[in-house]
Amino acid sequence: MSTAKKLGAATAIAALGLALAGCGAAAPTPVETTAAPGSVDLRMSVWTSNEDQLALFDEIAEAYKADHPEIGEITYESLPFADYNTTLTTQIAGGNAPDLAWMGDLSRDLIEADALVPLTDALKATKGWNYDDLVGSVTAEFAVDDELYAYPFSNSPFALYVNKDLLGQAGAAIDGDVTWEKISELGATVHQATGKAGFVIRDFDYANWGQLATVWTGWGASAWSADGKTCTFDSPEMVDAFTFLHDAAFVDQSMPGPGTTADFFAGDAAFTVAQVSRAALLDGSFAYDVIPLPNGPEGEYSVIGQAGVGVLATSPHVQEATDFLAFLTNPENAEKLAAYFPPPRESLLTGEQLAANNPKLTADQLESVVIDQLPDAVTLPNHTGPAEIKAAGKTALDAMWAADADVEAVLAATCEAIEPLLSK
Amino acid sequence: MTALDTVIESRGAVAPRDPHRPFWTMRRRDHLTGYLFIAPQLAGVVLFVLVPVGLGIWYSLNEWNIFRGELTFVGGDNYAALLTDPQLPAVLGATAVFSLGIVVLNIAAGLGLAVLLNRRFRGVTIFRTIFFSPVIVSVVAWTLVWGFLLQDNGGINALLAVFGIDGPNWLLSGDTAMISVIVTQVIRSVGVNMVLFLAALQGVPSELYEAARIDGAGPGRIFLRITLPLISPTLMLTAVITIVGSLQAFANVAVLTGGGPGLSTTVLVYYVFQQAFEFNDIGYGSTLALMLLTFVMLLTMLQWQLRRKWVFYEE
Repeated sequence: MSTAKKLGAATAIAALGLALAGCGAAAPTPVETTAAPGSVDLRMSVWTSNEDQLALFDEIAEAYKADHPEIGEITYESLPFADYNTTLTTQIAGGNAPDLAWMGDLSRDLIEADALVPLTDALKATKGWNYDDLVGSVTAEFAVDDELYAYPFSNSPFALYVNKDLLGQAGAAIDGDVTWEKISELGATVHQATGKAGFVIRDFDYANWGQLATVWTGWGASAWSADGKTCTFDSPEMVDAFTFLHDAAFVDQSMPGPGTTADFFAGDAAFTVAQVSRAALLDGSFAYDVIPLPNGPEGEYSVIGQAGVGVLATSPHVQEATDFLAFLTNPENAEKLAAYFPPPRESLLTGEQLAANNPKLTADQLESVVIDQLPDAVTLPNHTGPAEIKAAGKTALDAMWAADADVEAVLAATCEAIEPLLSK
Repeated sequence: MTALDTVIESRGAVAPRDPHRPFWTMRRRDHLTGYLFIAPQLAGVVLFVLVPVGLGIWYSLNEWNIFRGELTFVGGDNYAALLTDPQLPAVLGATAVFSLGIVVLNIAAGLGLAVLLNRRFRGVTIFRTIFFSPVIVSVVAWTLVWGFLLQDNGGINALLAVFGIDGPNWLLSGDTAMISVIVTQVIRSVGVNMVLFLAALQGVPSELYEAARIDGAGPGRIFLRITLPLISPTLMLTAVITIVGSLQAFANVAVLTGGGPGLSTTVLVYYVFQQAFEFNDIGYGSTLALMLLTFVMLLTMLQWQLRRKWVFYEE
């Protein structure tokens, strides 16, 4: 541990203790702030560094400030996605937590520790916010006992992107029902004919195994039971799903093997599983299509990747931060944000609405890969202590990615590794 | 003089102060100057070493729930956890292999390069620059580039394919991941040892070599009997800094392999980072950090004691 980090930890504890002693996680009452003009500065951590997105956030902040003289500055702090959780946690530990923060799989830990401000009452009390407009299936991940702790601003379903040019070069085409077996077959054909990759599970890289939920859900498998207490990696469904993936990598070569990079958006692969929000990466250099995830043995299914935004209980301006969050996510601003992030509001979930802000995909495509998917979608695996579970799972699953791996034994070992962490 | 002054003086405890003698004597001024010179460094050591180590010890006796802001005293629980941590033996094993590999390769390659480049030939300065240049490259940038070169369809395997060799999956195979991490680290840092050895070699009096040659000694004997003993203080220095450096090497493991596959490249300092900052277990992370600190101190003390045996000083 470096001395600088130790010093950081040193200053952290006192500040954190003081901060938490003074701040509870009580829901703010919907009353006007009494803060003096210009006395409240708000900071929100985000993981985007996209200039257009940040410009939109700034525009919304300026509009809010115009009607709220108590606000001095509203700043958006861009943290690298790869280190986002670690950095946010370190900021919380160091007494330097932001007032508002985006969050992904850290949300369970934050909610369980009462580190997030309950939002339901405040949002319901905000005039014109229309709480009932939220789609129930997408708020579940950020709610406990019907209390919402983070607004799910982004609900991006995973979809299958198709490089039609590569398929054409290989003399292959998608017809009939799209199943994983079919995609693997086509992927192998493309790989043999062109040397390019077949299908790629984006961001998996043989490390981020949670991304594989976009495949194993089609086999009816899940990483753990619904209550999060029992590992189900060793279920027959999961064994079948991993057998499919293992064969794809080492037998059919329809999926690039470990250590081989292939970027679909650079034209290196026939298919990729990625979130709809990644459509921005399509640069028109090849003909493409975007369709729902292939059917698995269990039939149709859908998976979404979510991000929420919440108010941290350590904020010295909980009232004002919550009010700003309500403004940021009201129907008008939610419509603006929908240009980049599929919204959780039913009123905005139509193909035409989304297509108005998305030049890469047609209304029909958006209808089939977003609107139709959201109601029954499952999320990527999420649990308290996500980093430790992810690391333990990766350590065990590394043995899977060898040609002679015993799939069943590796999955049993994976359960052995993560089961103790599930019950923590 | 009072009776009390007499008693004190008779006991020799306090001499009466000469009222005409100035307070700022030369001796005091020298002392003050000395303290002022070391004050910045001393403040740094206290602030950035002693205080954090003290806090590290305190944290190791506690469990810190970061999100709740609760610090709970758990006594020796974190130390007991060291004994039952199922991953720790593999982590210590990987640390030992990594450090041993780094030390042996780095010192051997540094010395070999220094001997080769301690000659006068055309372009020697360019070669010295080439071998030293990786030292000034950012470790993360260096490691990222090597990560691309070592991947399955990367540059190294493409090069091997030219010679008809089917290269392994360097970073994802348990057999080659550690070797890859060690070699990329050595290539980056060997320049430091090379420069130190070069300076030491150029300090060896040429008359000794001439005398040895006149006496009929061959190159091997000259190297073992003259060169090595005379550069042994530098050998000692490089051994200490290389061992300490190897135990602190973090970025290349984090970027190249993330500690995998399995735990094969999870060295102790990376494990400390994981526990403390990824898993938010500051208490156990601090305990591991203190164990690492103890290892470094023990190894350094051991080498310091051994210097009497194998370091040759002309005096």
